[in-house]
Amino acid sequence: MAIWFARSRNLVSSLRQNLGLSAILIKRNYTSPRPVFTNYQLSSRVFLNPFTSFRHESTAVETQPDLVQQSDHEDDAQELDFPGGKVGYTSEMKFIPESSSRRIPCYRVLNEHGSIIPNSDHVPVSEKLAVRMYEQMATLQVMDHIFYEAQRQGRISFYLTSVGEEAINIASAAALSPEDVVLPQYREPGVLLWRGFTLEEFANQCFGNKADYGKGRQMPIHYGSNQHNYFTVSSPIATQLPQAAGVGYALKMEKKNACAVTFIGDGGTSEGDFHAGLNFAAVMEAPVVFICRNNGWAISTHISEQFRSDGIVVKGQAYGIRSIRVDGNDALAVYSAVRSAREMAVTEQRPVLIEMMTYRVGHHSTSDDSTKYREADEIQYWKMSRNPVNRFKKWVEDNGWWSEEDESKLRSSTRKQLLQAIQAAEKWEKQPLTELFNDVYDVKTKNLEEQEHGLKELVEKQPQDYPPGFHI
Amino acid sequence: MASLLSRFCRKLAVPGSAHGARMVSTTTSCGSETVKSLNLYSAINQALHIALETDPRSYVFGEDVGFGGVFRCTTGLAERFGKNRVFNTPLCEQGIVGFGIGLAAMGNRAVVEIQFADYIYPAFDQIVNEAAKFRYRSGNQFNCGGLTIRAPYGAVGHGGHYHSQSPEAFFCHVPGIKVVIPRSPREAKGLLLSSIRDPNPVVFFEPKWLYRQAVEEVPEHDYMIPLSEAEVIRQGNDITLVGWGAQLTVMEQACLDAEKEGISCELIDLKTLLPWDKETVETSVKKTGRLLISHEAPVTGGFGAEISATILERCFLKLEAPVSRVCGLDTPFPLVFEPFYMPTKNKILDAIKSTVNY
Repeated sequence: MAIWFARSRNLVSSLRQNLGLSAILIKRNYTSPRPVFTNYQLSSRVFLNPFTSFRHESTAVETQPDLVQQSDHEDDAQELDFPGGKVGYTSEMKFIPESSSRRIPCYRVLNEHGSIIPNSDHVPVSEKLAVRMYEQMATLQVMDHIFYEAQRQGRISFYLTSVGEEAINIASAAALSPEDVVLPQYREPGVLLWRGFTLEEFANQCFGNKADYGKGRQMPIHYGSNQHNYFTVSSPIATQLPQAAGVGYALKMEKKNACAVTFIGDGGTSEGDFHAGLNFAAVMEAPVVFICRNNGWAISTHISEQFRSDGIVVKGQAYGIRSIRVDGNDALAVYSAVRSAREMAVTEQRPVLIEMMTYRVGHHSTSDDSTKYREADEIQYWKMSRNPVNRFKKWVEDNGWWSEEDESKLRSSTRKQLLQAIQAAEKWEKQPLTELFNDVYDVKTKNLEEQEHGLKELVEKQPQDYPPGFHI
Repeated sequence: MASLLSRFCRKLAVPGSAHGARMVSTTTSCGSETVKSLNLYSAINQALHIALETDPRSYVFGEDVGFGGVFRCTTGLAERFGKNRVFNTPLCEQGIVGFGIGLAAMGNRAVVEIQFADYIYPAFDQIVNEAAKFRYRSGNQFNCGGLTIRAPYGAVGHGGHYHSQSPEAFFCHVPGIKVVIPRSPREAKGLLLSSIRDPNPVVFFEPKWLYRQAVEEVPEHDYMIPLSEAEVIRQGNDITLVGWGAQLTVMEQACLDAEKEGISCELIDLKTLLPWDKETVETSVKKTGRLLISHEAPVTGGFGAEISATILERCFLKLEAPVSRVCGLDTPFPLVFEPFYMPTKNKILDAIKSTVNY
């Protein structure tokens, strides 16, 4: 706040000089300014029902602290009436600083050594749940590694990994109920994995074979499963956000015990649809949990080139949305935060924003070589020292719930399963040609029937022009 | 000038209704058919009332729809069905359509309003990349067929660049959506109900010029007019004219004038532009040997080009003359120059004559 103070002094003296104003205008009581946020005010304590929580607290979030510091000027006691309600007025001209002196801290439970920080708020995780979470995080790692390699070998056309974001993927999924409708961006296959999508089903989509539920129409990693309440991935960024508001509203109208959960990266928050999605969810009071994976990079664009705000968490309040910043590489923090946010969303019928701080260890995709725009040292650091899987593993191991034997068994069996899944998916029959023309509309239209007929004739006449295996 | 005055001064008789030249009625009636004299916005309003009444999982929303909308199309809906189902949205077209897609994806009917077609572009990504591909990309696991997007379009006499546009051509190029444009109150009600109930996302353009100007007997009951079926609203032998929306009124006047000079014109209302009824137009052109298309949108890249190309493919040897297009100029829609920009009755009449005399 010292900076603000100095600036206002400069303003005052320049006013004196330039406008020749009398000293009366300038007379102020320069009381020491209150900080914008205190530690106390920042924490949001939530009653964690029905499971016994670590501590029983009242439900309501602390009323948000003033963004603008208050002076003791008399004017503040008077209020003005405007559309939007009463607002106090001040004759002190002060600008809200572009940033607060302190960044919003991020909530974490596990320290870097995998031990729970004493007195941390968190939802307890049972052995069964913890082991499952760890297994899935490790499975995701193996899956990413093997599919990435398969692309390198030319067996699939494209892939993108979630390396470094395993805690976000698995722990958030674990905190949701199966009825919650997920609208992903594209770096959240772990959510689908958690819900029961098999390695074979992942492989089928990547190969676009006859068993792919998407019928081979989209690039690899564009998974979708209505059975698992996971909307099909689409490449355009952030389009899912206003859709999530609509989904949440639908659930609200159906009075379902469920919410919409949607994911976005740091880059995606620059899209207009981010603004649209949050604003609509807030105005419509829709139960939506917006989860932003702030992993530092949008392909080659660092977050310093993406926004000038303190990340994404500060944007929540601009929409009237409760928000929190979480250490995204801390599986327990992610789990607790998403659990709480989900409860708030459903019981209070409101949107919640969670910014998960993390790092994209992998390249953006198989079409990217991130060493071209960032230091290999930086990647290595995050991969080794800030690895979310290792951190959680340490905690699970320290509890006596996981052993090295379990580890090698899991890794080797998952690897084997994946290799088999890939081999099987590769050999699987291709989609029949008719699937090119289905589902454009609910019923094939005349022009499509004509085109299908024409194409079939062509293929029969000149099969060498076309890839084999697509039955007519 | 006369046509411009007529736009301002006269309540227009609707094409086809006064001449009894319409072919088989395309409306289905159930029981006693009471009709009421309604203008276009009232007919739209009736359709929306019926849609919300017959499906409790349907919603109407957009900017300013709560109080009845800037064109009164949504009058009485919020009062009758409640603010949970009929509500104002923030001023954000991409949000309106995106929110509608989400609602529709959950099995609801979302009838969203874009205040003017001129403002639909922020939602273009949601319409083209999301709504149109929602079913296809998911392998039919998901769909947003319950989405209908309504927008007033077209010249209004004083609208200028941003209250007069006809953007239908952009949307006709998008597999996965349907584009529907009614010509009159009676048509609008039936086509809107069909669009709302069609299991595909539909963009429904309403000719704003006709909101008050067009008055017609509209049946009060629940009826639907099929999509993708064009209608021959005036029979003739010498030339086929194809159009949609408000332009049909102008075209019909041209047909009447042409008749006085001994030219028999067949006039077709396309109604659905995507997917469009090629067979009806083909049958007509095979009979007349001549085709003229007229639309307000600029001629280059307009939907008339698609019709022309298709008919050339299908009817080349039957054509006595080149396909004629009488359309808007290739300029942004001008204000003071609107009477010069528009495809007027006399421009159409000239084109009819030169086509017939080719």
